[in-house]
Amino acid sequence: MKLLFHLGRYSRLLAKVFAKPEKKRIYFRQFLIELDRLGLDSVGIVFIISIFMGAVITIQTGLNLENPFIPLYLIGYGTRDSMILEFSSTIVSLILAGKVGSNIASEIGTMRVTEQIDALEIMGVNSASYLILPKILAAVFINPFLVILSIFIGIWGGWLGGCVLTDVLTTDAYIVGLRYAFVPFYITYSLFKTVVFAFIITSVSAYMGYFTEGGALEVGRSSTKAVVYSSVLILMFNLILTQLLLA
Amino acid sequence: MIEVRNIYKSFDEVEVLKDISVVFEQGKTNLIIGQSGSGKTVLLKSIVGLHEIDQGEILYGDRNFSAMNFRARKVIRQEIGMVFQGGALFDSATVEENVMYPLDMFTDQSTEEKLERANFCLKRVNIENANDKYPSELSGGMRKRVAIARAISLNPKYLFCDEPNSGLDPKTSILIDNLIKEITEEFQTTTIVNTHDMNSVMEIGDKVVFIYKGVKCWEGSSQDIFDSDNRELNSFVFASKLTKKIKNIQP
Repeated sequence: MKLLFHLGRYSRLLAKVFAKPEKKRIYFRQFLIELDRLGLDSVGIVFIISIFMGAVITIQTGLNLENPFIPLYLIGYGTRDSMILEFSSTIVSLILAGKVGSNIASEIGTMRVTEQIDALEIMGVNSASYLILPKILAAVFINPFLVILSIFIGIWGGWLGGCVLTDVLTTDAYIVGLRYAFVPFYITYSLFKTVVFAFIITSVSAYMGYFTEGGALEVGRSSTKAVVYSSVLILMFNLILTQLLLA
Repeated sequence: MIEVRNIYKSFDEVEVLKDISVVFEQGKTNLIIGQSGSGKTVLLKSIVGLHEIDQGEILYGDRNFSAMNFRARKVIRQEIGMVFQGGALFDSATVEENVMYPLDMFTDQSTEEKLERANFCLKRVNIENANDKYPSELSGGMRKRVAIARAISLNPKYLFCDEPNSGLDPKTSILIDNLIKEITEEFQTTTIVNTHDMNSVMEIGDKVVFIYKGVKCWEGSSQDIFDSDNRELNSFVFASKLTKKIKNIQP
């Protein structure tokens, strides 16, 4: 029953979010602000995670390849596809669920408990749309770029970890692997997943924040719930989308 | 003028407002007083539509606010200015941006015009040279004054203040009270102030409505309070030694 209640309330909130904006110019200004806060502010963490992920994938694959008949360039191939298919889209989205999700839930939650949302409503502003729509659009727009960046950085990190810092394989072999059996649809699949995950992160976190009741403690709880529910939903949708798009 | 007719409001089977009817007049400072938990904030929030009432009618002039949908209410809401208990200023915006926000959202004025209006409102509440400050950098009294400036930026017909003096020292409270009173008279707004500050009642209360356990228990002017024999009102108003003394020295 509680699940149905939340689903119903979430759907009603989304209907309110996607209502016609009062003033498009102001919404566009908010959209640009959110691009900066949700997207550009996340470049640093995406960079760090991706470089280490790429390096670790390469080193671990290399260390576990014991059969001399398996060519070493497959390590590069494995790193590339791991980054494209799973690590960049799913893991980066999970990390962003933690960073961006908690940020959104606590920001909107604080606005709720300090009556800032009531102030917007009193003025006749559709608070749900004004606060949430620019965040959803900004994340849906910018997250695919973050994932593309993550793929490149991850592959570069793989080269750094496997070819420069250790002698797992040569640079030539790594490059051959990167170019081996490339499936362009994997990029489409990865970006499509990212868009869905971006929507989940922003809308679920905003939902948690928007319906916060109480004080600082409840804002903290909403923030935690936002991260937990977004992460679980990302993992669930990862399975569903993989089955639908790749199986 | 705002008229409230026989309104009822419950939360989870608990009846918070019971059959309240009252008229709030234009150009006057109407006060809603009562103990904490008596239902005065619920009444105020019901009047502005933040809570949906279960029964009854709320009329803004001759417009039935309670029967309107969200779109129709938007027209009235742009005639409303509200000062919340904590100010409810937007944390991420500066003082100037806070005051300009309603103008940005609902007018097509140029930036210069909006800035001029914002500066006029800030000057009206005696705030100068604080345009670029953020709410976190302001004192409680300044925050309330900026909230008032934001509330009057669109020239509202209706002004609502939810406990405007809470957390303020007596001197700043009087400043805020006087400001509300002056703005009410200057802009001829229908002003409703929710308070339990007896100083405010005596200073600015043109009309006072006393809510007791969700029921309108008494109404009259601030002077009528001294002559009233309403037991609940007397026990609320003259609860402190100071107010008891004041009552005794009244002619």
